[in-house]
Amino acid sequence: MYKVVTKRYLNEARTICLFEIEAPLVARHAQAGQFVIFRLDEQGERVPVSVAGYDREKGTVTVMVQAAGRTTKMLHMVEEGDYISDFAGPLGKATEMEGLKKVCVVGGGVGCAIAYPIAKEMHERGIDVTFIAGFRSADIVILKEELKAVSNKLVMCTDDSSYGEKGFTTVFLKNEIEANIAEGKPQFDRVIAIGPDIMMKFLADVTRPYGISTIISLDPIMVDGTGMCGCCRVIVDGETKFACVDGPDFDAHKVDFDSLLKRAAFYKDEQDEAAQHICNITGGKRNG
Amino acid sequence: MANMKVNMSMTKNEMPEQDPVVRAGNFEEVALGYTVEAAVNEAQRCLDCKNAPCRTGCPVSVKIPRFIEKVRENDFEAAYDIITSTNSLPAVCGRVCPQEKQCESKCVRGIKGEPVAIGRLERFVADTHMAKEDKPEPVAPESNGHKIAVIGSGPAGLTCAGDLRKLGYDVTIFEAFHKSGGVLVYGIPQFRLPKEIVAAEIENLKKMGVKIVNNAIIGKSMTVDELFSDGFEAVFIGSGAGLPQFLHVPGENLLGVYSANEFLTRVNLMKAYRDDYDTPIKHPKVVAVVGGGNVAMDAARVAKRLGAEYVYITYRRGMDELPARKEEVEHAEAEGIEFMLLNNPAAIHGDEEGRVTGIELIKQELGEPDAKGRRSPVAVKGSNWILDCDAVIIAIGTSPNPLIRSTTPNLETTKKGGIQADDNGVTSREGVFAGGDAVTGAATVILAMGAGKTGAKSIDAYIKSKK
Repeated sequence: MYKVVTKRYLNEARTICLFEIEAPLVARHAQAGQFVIFRLDEQGERVPVSVAGYDREKGTVTVMVQAAGRTTKMLHMVEEGDYISDFAGPLGKATEMEGLKKVCVVGGGVGCAIAYPIAKEMHERGIDVTFIAGFRSADIVILKEELKAVSNKLVMCTDDSSYGEKGFTTVFLKNEIEANIAEGKPQFDRVIAIGPDIMMKFLADVTRPYGISTIISLDPIMVDGTGMCGCCRVIVDGETKFACVDGPDFDAHKVDFDSLLKRAAFYKDEQDEAAQHICNITGGKRNG
Repeated sequence: MANMKVNMSMTKNEMPEQDPVVRAGNFEEVALGYTVEAAVNEAQRCLDCKNAPCRTGCPVSVKIPRFIEKVRENDFEAAYDIITSTNSLPAVCGRVCPQEKQCESKCVRGIKGEPVAIGRLERFVADTHMAKEDKPEPVAPESNGHKIAVIGSGPAGLTCAGDLRKLGYDVTIFEAFHKSGGVLVYGIPQFRLPKEIVAAEIENLKKMGVKIVNNAIIGKSMTVDELFSDGFEAVFIGSGAGLPQFLHVPGENLLGVYSANEFLTRVNLMKAYRDDYDTPIKHPKVVAVVGGGNVAMDAARVAKRLGAEYVYITYRRGMDELPARKEEVEHAEAEGIEFMLLNNPAAIHGDEEGRVTGIELIKQELGEPDAKGRRSPVAVKGSNWILDCDAVIIAIGTSPNPLIRSTTPNLETTKKGGIQADDNGVTSREGVFAGGDAVTGAATVILAMGAGKTGAKSIDAYIKSKK
């Protein structure tokens, strides 16, 4: 059993929540870009979630989770001091940052939670970080102060202009790239994009003509997360890869987004159905 | 055994089974086990041969004639003690060992008629013991102060851990999954090996003092080197063969194409077939399973139980070449699984939404026998045809997971990705031993258990040599 040490909502709309979990075995090696698999209880499913932070001395790992399906909605009902049944990892490869000098990190929605530790580590290593954070509207914006602290330049935007600039991340990414050219500044040697699959697809289209190396972090459906089931298959440069062990980071210009988008929606019907059957009387607890 | 009563019946006592039509709609165990009468009667078929050829067919050298003698005498607890002196998982072995290729293949009664039903008797003894209410608790031996790490809680790891604990070692098993048992819980379905039985065997090991750390992915959560720096004096790697192989044909990433590992893990480990569990599973109507081994049979029978109207086993060789246990093939046939033999997949077809609509097969003919004596399939040109289906399950084998070998320096591996180990489980790294599917690639439960036993012996010798 794994104790929830801290629980804190990260935005007004309470769509994204931070959980600090006591998991010394995960905290020991966790790195930015990796993920963990958690399970709420005996009947629970195994759900992957990115590492948002870690404290090796305290033996805790932080995750930031958006309530989307049944399991994540039930996780939001877990309180500080409660225990969850399983928390395994760290899994997947850490984000590569060797030799980088100037990077643009783009986060969309909850993707900012995954991008944050990557930007933080890059910032600590002295890499010049431009962070573009996009949200649908002001009520779901997260990590305002944190993102500012880990970036040399921060652009925050919302689709409806209720917070920061108005517009999509694609527009602001293009602006930044063009500004580098216009002002004769060094170009980004990498763009790291994390968010909804469709956003990452369009961001890849933005950087392609400029030939800027672009990495995306994928979050496909998984079961074990250790390379055992092959459920998280993704086609990269014509080859089948397992996101759990070969990724989750891949070259955005080589990922087959068409297959990715279809595979991600495979269990949508089952998930929608399951999410409607959470017992509110017991606060999400199954045998409560 | 001068006055021994021998039952000269040429055939085994039948083991009652659930009706095929009924069982194809549930996940209850198929085979129901012997009654006391049937067990004693079957035990009387044993000739108690002096040289006990059956024992040579058993990878863990169960004292077969001795335990059968006790069954004959109605002393089932004594029979249990004899089996468990060399086999720590009798209820499992009695169910899933390929006895017809092992102990029973050596039985003298099998020369003329059927061999003694050793597997069924082993199962009977184990189940009788488990059902007993006032049985003594397993004893935890005194610790000798030497810490040993075992990676993986499948048949190899559990056996190695049990044997080392009996010798006094302080044993910790590291298991990647939230539940212990390895392939016994994620791979083999409930109707063939009830998970309560695996849990009971593991509980026994815990009572003996074996520690199990779940959610510990060696190679990720910690490395083999760190196990040594944490004070473990030797490491046994029994991490199995968890990496699924795919066909590498067009359409393999369509929706509805599963590795057998994924399909079986969702159902067996995550219990997706039960309404009260959260893991989702599709309920396809027409399923094509690719492959002819035990895993293919398991996947096909699970698909049937999830409500598929038609389930086909497609295999590139013929009926005689199926690698699955005969009993599994018979059970599958009885449950209505259809065999599309001499057919090899060329592609998987899908609709605009990316969902599977059919599998394209090429008919095969059997050519000359290969080095192993198996006749190789040869494609019949232009014989491609499409079998309509809405799910394809690929069960063509698994290979060892690279997580450990890629994070352990100086650990030699084989061309196929297995860990290099000699007959005693000794690897290229001092203090590191390995056995089971992690070394050989996918094989059987009992061979893995045999390797676990050998590993335990080698570790004991290694620790003693260091003193």
